Amino acid sequence: MIVQALAFYLFAAVTVAAAFMVIVARNPVHSVLFLILTFFNAAGLFVLIGAEFLAMILVVVYVGAVAVLFLFVVMMLDIDFVELRQGFLQYVPIGAVIGLILVAELILVIGANSAGDASAAGSALSSSFPPVSEVSNTDALGRLIYTEYAYLFEAAGMVLLVAMIGAIVLTLRQRPGVRKQNISAQVSRRREDGVELRDVKPGQGI
Amino acid sequence: MSSGEFISPDLMPAMPELILACGAMALLMLGVFRGDQSTRLVTLLSVGLMIVAGGFVLAQGDARVETFSGSFVVDAFSHYAKILILLGSSVILLMARDYQRRENMERFEFPVLVLLATLGMLMMVSANDLIALYMGLELQSLALYVIAAFKRDSERSTEAGLKYFVLGALASGILLYGASLIYGFAGTTNFTALASLMGAAETSIGLIFGLVFLAAGLAFKISAVPFHMWTPDVYEGAPTPVTALFASAPKVAAMALFIRVLMGPMPGLSGEWQQIIVFLSIASMVLGAVAAIGQSNIKRLMAYSSIGHMGFALVGLAAGTPEGIQGVLIYMAIYVAMNFGVFGCILAMRDKQGMLENINDLAGLGRTNPMMALALALLMFSLAGIPPLAGFFAKFYVFLAAIQAGLYALAVIGVLASVVGAFYYLRIIKIMYFDAPADAIEAPMSGELRLVVGASALFTLFFFLYPAPILSVAEHAATALF
Amino acid sequence: MDALLLEYLPVLIFVGLALVIGIALMLAAFVLAENRPDPEKLSAYECGFEAFDDARKKFDVRFYLVAILFIIFDLEVAFLFPWAVALGDIGLYGFWSMMIFLGILTIGFVYEWKKGALEWE
Repeated sequence: MIVQALAFYLFAAVTVAAAFMVIVARNPVHSVLFLILTFFNAAGLFVLIGAEFLAMILVVVYVGAVAVLFLFVVMMLDIDFVELRQGFLQYVPIGAVIGLILVAELILVIGANSAGDASAAGSALSSSFPPVSEVSNTDALGRLIYTEYAYLFEAAGMVLLVAMIGAIVLTLRQRPGVRKQNISAQVSRRREDGVELRDVKPGQGI
Repeated sequence: MSSGEFISPDLMPAMPELILACGAMALLMLGVFRGDQSTRLVTLLSVGLMIVAGGFVLAQGDARVETFSGSFVVDAFSHYAKILILLGSSVILLMARDYQRRENMERFEFPVLVLLATLGMLMMVSANDLIALYMGLELQSLALYVIAAFKRDSERSTEAGLKYFVLGALASGILLYGASLIYGFAGTTNFTALASLMGAAETSIGLIFGLVFLAAGLAFKISAVPFHMWTPDVYEGAPTPVTALFASAPKVAAMALFIRVLMGPMPGLSGEWQQIIVFLSIASMVLGAVAAIGQSNIKRLMAYSSIGHMGFALVGLAAGTPEGIQGVLIYMAIYVAMNFGVFGCILAMRDKQGMLENINDLAGLGRTNPMMALALALLMFSLAGIPPLAGFFAKFYVFLAAIQAGLYALAVIGVLASVVGAFYYLRIIKIMYFDAPADAIEAPMSGELRLVVGASALFTLFFFLYPAPILSVAEHAATALF
Repeated sequence: MDALLLEYLPVLIFVGLALVIGIALMLAAFVLAENRPDPEKLSAYECGFEAFDDARKKFDVRFYLVAILFIIFDLEVAFLFPWAVALGDIGLYGFWSMMIFLGILTIGFVYEWKKGALEWE
């Protein structure tokens, strides 16, 4: 138990610290690297509450792909980051106010929750959920996603399709005048097409 | 579900969505194998698909049916909104054809993306679950972000797409935060289960916070103040047919979703959400009226106009009565019809160089193109809410509902805002008829535009003669929620 | 729950070891190594030209396209894991719902292939 608590505090502390570094780091590439650290520690937290699948997805999808993509975007935008930071102080007060409001709300919500108002929660949980003790997290998700939530699953497929179309529509350009390799033409070329034998008389050109 | 076969859900209620989804994929394949010269064919087939889907919507009975484990619902309310959305998307696809030809935007992805956005809108309208709500919203938004930036060589279009995307993603985040709070405190995402939960137990403060965040996310989608910041820039930068689309079908879908979320699971919380809606409504009406006055770009002006109109429509929702919802539904139908006409005229504003967007380019239109000027003048009078045109009745029904619900202050502010707002609509009419002609607009309108503008103008003019069908259908749809 | 976490104990120990070794090596270099700072050691080249501009240049947008297409299929694969684990329980319906999902994405794949988005020119 004590190991569990220690691990929780380690992961949570690093998550918060890394998340903080994401916004204060001077170099945007460092920000992205801190973001990856945040994701890793969040994955650790997920494992601690038994959500293995989410933890793995966080590592595979977010750390592997989304962070790489962030890095690309950072590199592509070519913004002068020193210039950007000059406006930063101006927005600090309003950002702080919004942050404070969110924190106040969280405290209110958690306060209300611990006051024993959560009786409603969980009462509506449908009985179709498999019991936690019997199946693993991944198995439980699998049993629901493809049956109960098949509609939403297919909708997710459509969203991914739109993302594909959108990425291609917005960024793909065919450049004119590019010579591409045509493998079938290459392979089907015969000797007769390329080589011509001429009888060259000595002392004369072709 | 731990053992045994899962019983396959009833697919019939979702038939219109299935048709759009399969059709969109088939058209994508058709387009990619035939190349960009198939754009016109794909556009026509898309319109055909929407008509077929509309036919299936009409063929469904009025009874409330839930399917897909309760996350999808059809009832009279969803039928009304779906027909309006399909009408909006298909008319705008037709209107866009001429523009696409001239502006070198003839790529077959455009109709396919509109089709997919429409699919998302239909899913939003039928959502009976917070996850379904989000999936529909995201499908619609993602497709719309892309078509806002569809003219990728135009800096303004790209900027519009990027702004819309960044702010839209923020709004989605807020909405998701709200949804997760609701799920955390209620233990379910299903609207029906939420409704019974909220009727029974005392509502916890977490649920109310969740509701507020959810409402903020939805307010962004209907561009209600203070979540309207994106609207003018996106409307101005996006290609004109896309702007026309933004002003019609997605607004209907988001408004219908807003109504569904507030009336479905949350009627027990009406005291809480009513204040939010009243605030959104007043702020939108006032800002829409005041900020539009200084605009010189007509698309920007229409953006502020749409903010104002969403404010007026919200008046009916604030009332929270069947009459109020009926008012909102009538308002949306009339608003969409007026928008067709106005954007048809904007699409016809062009000279040899290209599209014109400045209001002053309309100067002297009364002499150079009297028919278009007359239609536009009618539509402007109607947008301003001058009787006996359709726009007046739209406002009349929502204000009536507000007064019946005892929201006198809201109704009075609404009337005042519509008086202020009338100024800028009338200014356009003044420019058209009393200013010296500018360089004449080269406007041999294409056949489709002529038809749409004419139909829209005639609808606004003669609505008062025979309003009964729309009134009764809207009433039927509204009562389905109570 | 505890049994589950126990399975992850090696991972935790591994992370802890990695942390200790990493920090120890850095500290050791800091404490034990000779330290004679010189600005020339930090300059871009000790001989040759000065750097002309920032090494972080704009990328070609095509890298982005490849990356986003990769993410989409990455997500698709992520959905396959719980499906494979639960396939015995979800029956034919669950099987076909995955097939439809894969079909949707195959349509997208055919689209990008035919569009030439996978070619590098």
